[in-house]
Amino acid sequence: MADRHEMWKLLGMNIEQHDVLCSVLPGAVGDVFMSQKNRPKGMEFWDMVVADVHGIRPAELIEEQKKGRKVFGTFCVYVPDEVIIACNGIVTGLCGGSQFWVPDGEAVLPKNTCPLIKASVGARLGKTCPFFRIADMYVGETTCDGKKKAYEILGEDVPMYVMDVPQMKRPEDIERWAHEIALFAKKVEEFTGVKLTVENLKNAIHIVNEKRKAMQRVYDTRKNKTLPISGRDSLLMTQISFFDDPERCATMCNKLADELEQRVKDNVSVVDAGTKRILVTGTPLAIPNWKLHNIIETTGAVVVCEEMCTGTRYFENLVDENINSLEEGFKALANRYMKTNCACFTPNTGRIDDIKRMVKEYNVDGVIDCNLKFCCLYDTEKFSVGRALKEANIPVLQLETDYTDTDAEQLRTRIGAFVEMLSK
Amino acid sequence: MSKFYIGIDIGSTSAKTVVLDENKNIISRILLPTGWSSKETSEIILRKLNDLNFDIGNSTIVATGYGRVSVSFANKAVTEITCHGKGANYLFGANAKSIDDNDLGVLSNNLLIIDIGGQDTKIIQVENGNVVDFLMNDKCSAGTGRFLEVMSNALNLKMDELCDMAEKGADTHISSLCTVFAESEVISLIGRGEKRENIAFAIVDSIVKKVCQQAQKLYKKDMKVCLTGGLSEFKYISDSLGKELKTKVYAKEDGRYAGAIGAALMGI
Repeated sequence: MADRHEMWKLLGMNIEQHDVLCSVLPGAVGDVFMSQKNRPKGMEFWDMVVADVHGIRPAELIEEQKKGRKVFGTFCVYVPDEVIIACNGIVTGLCGGSQFWVPDGEAVLPKNTCPLIKASVGARLGKTCPFFRIADMYVGETTCDGKKKAYEILGEDVPMYVMDVPQMKRPEDIERWAHEIALFAKKVEEFTGVKLTVENLKNAIHIVNEKRKAMQRVYDTRKNKTLPISGRDSLLMTQISFFDDPERCATMCNKLADELEQRVKDNVSVVDAGTKRILVTGTPLAIPNWKLHNIIETTGAVVVCEEMCTGTRYFENLVDENINSLEEGFKALANRYMKTNCACFTPNTGRIDDIKRMVKEYNVDGVIDCNLKFCCLYDTEKFSVGRALKEANIPVLQLETDYTDTDAEQLRTRIGAFVEMLSK
Repeated sequence: MSKFYIGIDIGSTSAKTVVLDENKNIISRILLPTGWSSKETSEIILRKLNDLNFDIGNSTIVATGYGRVSVSFANKAVTEITCHGKGANYLFGANAKSIDDNDLGVLSNNLLIIDIGGQDTKIIQVENGNVVDFLMNDKCSAGTGRFLEVMSNALNLKMDELCDMAEKGADTHISSLCTVFAESEVISLIGRGEKRENIAFAIVDSIVKKVCQQAQKLYKKDMKVCLTGGLSEFKYISDSLGKELKTKVYAKEDGRYAGAIGAALMGI
């Protein structure tokens, strides 16, 4: 692996601090991923990326910037990548998933802010993540109060554009979202110097749709009784898809899907028959947050689906490619993005319908509904989610956690008891 | 030599061991403080079992509780939630079998178990010995045995003395849910010259309300509610829980051993 210190120095990073992070990551990757048996060969690509997660892709982004392309850092699955890609921009996810960044975030944010926000702000202000250094512009959105206020703080340090996501899904809200996308497109055009056209938008929609289809193909293989891939590996694939070039992502996911489909035919499963199948739902699991999956999969169960932003919410539903004007394009985008069901909307019964549908599709034995501490939206929605699942006779375990490891044993007890309950 | 079923429940405060014979009768109980090392405690338990002449090689040993992984000689480890379910069904279910048989009350296999442990409180819904749902407090020590321990220390009382005193008190309340802040509240009550009986009442009242808030989430009218864990020997606690839930809360001396009994049963 190449030494990236020169690159990190040029990015103005806090090298000493960052080395601490770099020193713990290989151990974590080894414990969580390499310890698994019978992994698909196709995971080698993601293993390589995660082994050099702050090197390999950042180096590519810097090369593209040298050619004049702009990098946009995003924090949410409602931000339409298509507009950025159409204008020759590059999208990279920026959500922080490690406790390492939390103290630097807490220096400016209230302690009772969700760890994802604290880690994201900390990664920027602490200068300990290359992606946060590289991004030319951050694109925020109004999906929760914590983020809204955090973007104001980040905006003092880096160019920031915030999209106003509606809170309801009435026809006028969807129309407003199409208008919001049009406004965003203007900003992107201005920033990249590339004019948005029907042609380049159509092409970008196609690129992202292909990526979505490829990811869905991998997830489709997880619906089989013969389970060809673990939850941890699927999660890693999904997490890295937020950072990767969308066309390469599609190629790699399709390659993996080919292998997984063959595994299903050959009856190659990563778990013993009868292993309890878990759907996890709730707040996102930003890289390198593998805690929940790791505990579940080392406590006698396996994750077969994530109804999460780092999961099905990212790639379910396609954008209509049949557009004849930019206006139609914005509408097509708005229609697709407003099908995604997040607790930031009211009402959000669509999420419950999604969970119930996926329980059937993925042959799920039990649901684990988990939110990051201080996420008021998902925490509050637990009540209606739990009630609806119980009414449908779907076993559910509801948890709350953060990025620290202090509650790992408590979680293991709860999850262990849940698995024992499913196994009776 | 006959075969034994041994359950070891290493909790955060105390380690409970139960030996069942082939007819599922309890023939031995060992109670020890967990101390600072679950591993060392499990070795002491092993020595004691040997001293009592139980043929370990010919027994099935199941470990449970937070220290379950430290019991290296156990045949398997099962979570305390499953074990409490099994153990409570043994003590309180329709086919309850116990030597200190007093009032078993209504015969029911539909149980709601309240286990107030050292570091967490569990509410477990059990049907025919199987766990069907459970809740655990996971935020802090409020509503756990630790809360009572800290508060009785602040009043310089033992648990039984605290309960006796609380029974005679009334009309005082602790508003804070946090153990640390509640302790300073208790100290300011002492400073204000509030009667110890009333402070004791407020302490038990606080934990009972907190626990019942949790229990209400799973409680339905047809359930038989039982208290297990270290507090089950204090009648005042079960009576207060019953008053709050508006139903009888059953408790037995062996309630403390429910987890260990369940673990022993898991080996059969």
